[in-house]
Amino acid sequence: MEQKTKINAEDGKQEVIITREFDLPLELLFKAYVEPEIVEQWMGTKVLKLENKKHGSYQFETTDPKGNKYRFNGAIHEFSPNKKITRTFEFEGMPFGVQLEFLAFEKLSDDSSKLTIHSLYESAVQRDQVLKMGMTQGINMAHNRLQEIVNKLK
Amino acid sequence: MEIRRDVFQAIADPTRRTILSLVMLQAMTPSAIAENFDSKRQTISKHIQILTECQLLTQKQMGREIYYHFNSSKMKEIADWLVPFTKMWDDRFNKLESVMKKYKSKK
Repeated sequence: MEQKTKINAEDGKQEVIITREFDLPLELLFKAYVEPEIVEQWMGTKVLKLENKKHGSYQFETTDPKGNKYRFNGAIHEFSPNKKITRTFEFEGMPFGVQLEFLAFEKLSDDSSKLTIHSLYESAVQRDQVLKMGMTQGINMAHNRLQEIVNKLK
Repeated sequence: MEIRRDVFQAIADPTRRTILSLVMLQAMTPSAIAENFDSKRQTISKHIQILTECQLLTQKQMGREIYYHFNSSKMKEIADWLVPFTKMWDDRFNKLESVMKKYKSKK
C-alpha cells in the first residue's frame, strides 16, 4: 500500500514538513488532536495534561516494552479550532532541544481533510539527530505493536 | 585514534556536498578536486578525508596518483534514511484515521 504521509526534509535545513490527507471530515481530524482519550488511542501514549488554549501546555508519557517511561511536553501558543495549533515540543531528558511546531488543518471536501505539520529545530544538525532517532523509535514502536499482538495470543 | 564519522554530519557541510557532486561525475585526484575551490589545499584534504572515513568516497591508486571515487551504495543509505521515519508517521496517522472512523460511526 502506498504511504499517504509525505515527509519533506531538505538537506542542510533545520525544518521538516509532514503532510497527510485523511478520509475524515476536518472536525474529526481536529478532534483527534484535542480529546485526551482519543489522543491516547492513536498516539499510544498516556495524556498527563492537555490544555487546548493559548498559554496552555501538554505532557504525554509513553512506556516502552521494558517498562521504561518517556515523557514529552510543550507549550501551546496558538489554538484555533479546526484551523491551527502552534506549539513547542520537547522530549524530556533527551539532548534534542525544543522544536517549534505549526499544525495546519484544512478542509478538502465534506469528508476529507489535510494536516500539515511544519517543525523547526534549533539547528540542521539537531534536526538530523531527531530524524535518525525517529528510525530507532519506529523500530521500537513496531516491537511494541508486536508485543501487544503476542500478548493477545496468549 | 580514529574517530568514527557520521555520514549525515558529513553531508551537512556545503563544501563536502560540492566535492561529492564533482566526484559523482568522474573519479578525481585530490589536486583536481582542490582546483575547484578557493580554500586552502589542506582544508579540502580534510574534507576529502572526512568523506572517505564515512565511506562516501573510496580511494583507488592509479599509477602514482590516488583517485577518489563516489560510493553510490553509501549514498543510497542516506536516501533511504527517511523511510523509517515516514513509516512511523504513516502508521500513526493510519491509526488516527481508523480511531476516528470508529468514533464517527458510534455517534
